[in-house]
Amino acid sequence: MTSYLIKGAAPLGAGPVDILVEDGVLRSIVAAGTASADGAEVVDATGLIALPGLVDLHTHLREPGREDAETVETGTQAAALGGFTAVHAMANTDPVADTAGVVEQVWRLGREAGHCDVFPVGAVTVGLAGERLAELGAMADSAARVRVFSDDGRCVADPVLMRRALEYVRAFDGLVAQHAQEPRLTEEAQMNEGELSGRLGLRGWPAVAEEAIIARDCLLAAHVGSRLHVCHLSTAGSVEIVRWAKARSRAEGGWEVTAEVCPHHLLLTDELAATYDPIYKVNPPLRTSADVEALRAGLADGTIDAVATDHAPHPHEDKDCEWQAAAFGMLGLETALSVVQQTMVDTGLLDWAGVAERMSHAPARIGRLDGHGRALAEGEPANLVLYDPGVRRTVDPAEGASLSRNTPYAGMELPGRVVATFLRGRPTVIDGKQS
Amino acid sequence: MKKHLLSAADLTRGDALLVLRTAEELRSLADRPIKKLPALRGRTIVNLFFEDSTRTRISFEAAAKRLSADVINFSAKGSSLSKGESLKDTALTLEAMGADAVVVRHWASGAPHLLANAGWSRSSVINAGDGTHEHPTQALLDAFTMWRHLTADPGQGLDGRRVAIVGDILHSRVARSNALLLNTLGAEVTLVAPPTLLPYGVESWPVETSYDLDAVLPKSDVVMMLRVQKERMNLSGGGFFPTVREYSRRYGLDSRRMAQLQDHTIVMHPGPMNRGMEITADVADSKRSVIVEQVTNGVAVRMAVLYLLLGGNESAIGGARAEAGTEPSIPTTDGADA
Amino acid sequence: MPAPETQVGSTADTTADAAPDGRVVLDARDIARALTRISHEILERHKGPEGLVLLGIPTRGVHLARRIAAKISQVEGAEVPAGSLDTTMYRDDLRMKPARALLPTEIPPGGIDDRTVVLVDDVLFSGRTIRSALDAMNDIGRPRAVRLAVLVDRGHRELPIRADFVGKNLPTSLVESVSVRLAEFDGVDEVTIK
Repeated sequence: MTSYLIKGAAPLGAGPVDILVEDGVLRSIVAAGTASADGAEVVDATGLIALPGLVDLHTHLREPGREDAETVETGTQAAALGGFTAVHAMANTDPVADTAGVVEQVWRLGREAGHCDVFPVGAVTVGLAGERLAELGAMADSAARVRVFSDDGRCVADPVLMRRALEYVRAFDGLVAQHAQEPRLTEEAQMNEGELSGRLGLRGWPAVAEEAIIARDCLLAAHVGSRLHVCHLSTAGSVEIVRWAKARSRAEGGWEVTAEVCPHHLLLTDELAATYDPIYKVNPPLRTSADVEALRAGLADGTIDAVATDHAPHPHEDKDCEWQAAAFGMLGLETALSVVQQTMVDTGLLDWAGVAERMSHAPARIGRLDGHGRALAEGEPANLVLYDPGVRRTVDPAEGASLSRNTPYAGMELPGRVVATFLRGRPTVIDGKQS
Repeated sequence: MKKHLLSAADLTRGDALLVLRTAEELRSLADRPIKKLPALRGRTIVNLFFEDSTRTRISFEAAAKRLSADVINFSAKGSSLSKGESLKDTALTLEAMGADAVVVRHWASGAPHLLANAGWSRSSVINAGDGTHEHPTQALLDAFTMWRHLTADPGQGLDGRRVAIVGDILHSRVARSNALLLNTLGAEVTLVAPPTLLPYGVESWPVETSYDLDAVLPKSDVVMMLRVQKERMNLSGGGFFPTVREYSRRYGLDSRRMAQLQDHTIVMHPGPMNRGMEITADVADSKRSVIVEQVTNGVAVRMAVLYLLLGGNESAIGGARAEAGTEPSIPTTDGADA
Repeated sequence: MPAPETQVGSTADTTADAAPDGRVVLDARDIARALTRISHEILERHKGPEGLVLLGIPTRGVHLARRIAAKISQVEGAEVPAGSLDTTMYRDDLRMKPARALLPTEIPPGGIDDRTVVLVDDVLFSGRTIRSALDAMNDIGRPRAVRLAVLVDRGHRELPIRADFVGKNLPTSLVESVSVRLAEFDGVDEVTIK
């Protein structure tokens, strides 16, 4: 296996070092300019920041079933280009990932592709139907070693079913990642319910529909002593509820709530719906600028543990139509780090160590991934990303590795660029390109 | 210049008055033996209806034909569930047919906006009702009807006139467009409905709201009743009102309530009416009712919109003079023997 | 081809000007005399006021038509119906500019069928407005005859049209512009050339 000498990289933005990558681990980390190549391939990382390989808790790879939108191959290529070394593949495929067979298939496809590690998420209920529990234990015991369970796209709305799921996954240290959306309050909902939805004549998706479920689930998790993860927080009220729940959980112990936020909810607002361009149609919907501010503050103070992309590829025709007829979702893997830089780092809300925590350490902890989200320290697995925060780029959807083009950032100038990604010592991206 | 009419908010006060004055001139055409003008000869106008609306389609068709345009009716059925031909493919087809304007009715809010801005076609787009969003030509014909009854001076808007719009505001594109346009024209609008049928965020609209019809009626110059669909009532939970009877009792216009109106107050309804629900038959057929006149005015207003958008080499709506105010909004041909 | 832009200056733009420069070619008394003469000529040619309808072309032609109607009724003691005829939608240059505001068309209650219509305009120039007026009238009814009365004929016809009654023949060059101002609309009666 080729060795690499990464010269002059700044771990978490600190002073530059030389990093020798050998046999899949970080062999040595020494002051910049003091390491000799000794036959290793040299990577000039002057001016680049080194971060632990990013971990996404929330990715839609669409395979099996919607290979016209994305495949494990293309989705993980996109992940690598975005600096990710591990992604959690959501269960809403066709067939649904609600059996050991399907999760093992996805897991295997990820291994074969080799661009980043794929950890399948298991469905909580059979067929995401919200009626009875899927075989959670079988998925946990499978080769895919599933620990995260979610009906994402649908909410586990039935409180009894949610309670049972939270209780059941304790047996294998699993957690339930809830897509918090009260279904009756959001029937045919199209966008954030607010002044604008009334004006545009688009059915509203009220914040309370998210917040009510989060509050209920936190209380349930506390009651049964389980681990709850809240997907894609989108409202200021949700941040408040999670902040309260975390304080209570710290005081009580014995249960845990974690939460994630998507890059698009940190940057974009519901005003974009006024274009009626379905590229901005996403679930949960883009909210107000006050919500964006609260989400940024919540991510900064640790109320929100992680950034997760909710990368949701859709074929062109599903977005090239009336807003009401269009699919929910937007791409995110290849732009996540840039959006986080713009919204959190360049604003002074997070430093690069904070970014590493929110995009690597925390999601790996939540997903119980041993080999990811580790410190950049000698002897650790060589999962890392080299990132140039000093450049700016204009997002061109055609340049992406994803099969789909539904990025809301097309034509937008964003800071930063992933220069290289290493997965266990092997570059999956080098010079900003697939290697 | 505004090439499209997508929202009543597209119209400045100058634009709106220009449409009203033009409609006033065109209205007299109905009394002439030959109900035809040559202004749009050789222009092709497509009525693209993704949702049935015989009244609106006929009104636009009559307007276009009276201006000598060629009219193509294109009925593209389909809902969000059974999509049928996509809006995009339809637009490309119409573009290939050389449509100068597309009059579009669609079940999806924003579909006309998409048609105008997605780059699929170069036609002018006229919104003939989209989802629960807007119906700007209906608002124009309503304003025109009010203007004819309440304003003598063609230079004036509807300043200080009080308009009550009553009923299912939440699902009404007519109410949305009227609220915007009437505000532009200076009228004071009060939306009257049970709280469940007012849109979220209505406080930010340029209107008053009330839950009490009897308190609003005596001070209104215009009472516009909206159609209330029976499906909105309490069926399996989550209904907007408990029963038809309770709705009628609280928000219906009957002769007892009509007696509270001022002498000059007119009663309007965009149609089709549910007689006995939001309006009783004796009110609908009373002398105050201008409901039939609204239909006549609809043709004149749509002629005015088509003429102003398509009659020249570019639209006369949204021009610099219209922006400036109310006085001669666009150059006339006065005295110029060219 | 439409006439050049520099033709008659009395558009909505120029009427706003307080006092356009230029040489006065007809003052208020000249205009009154010309209209009186035209009124007599109409009566003479038509052998009395019966069956006459005056249609002015907006805006100034309408005021001229009303003045002529008033003079005829003074002379004859009988009312002659006067109205207005907007030609905007019939113009051959309609598609060359943004759509223009419509002006009033008011056909007197008796209509024009089987009447003698006298079209009245302020300035006769290329003849295109009159052509559009003839087309417009065609959609309204079928007159027995159509005559044309103008206050000023400045020449440069582009169509085979001539006036039956002319207040003043005014030889002009194409670069000159003729302005007709009337008390009802402009506060003063005068015709200027520039």
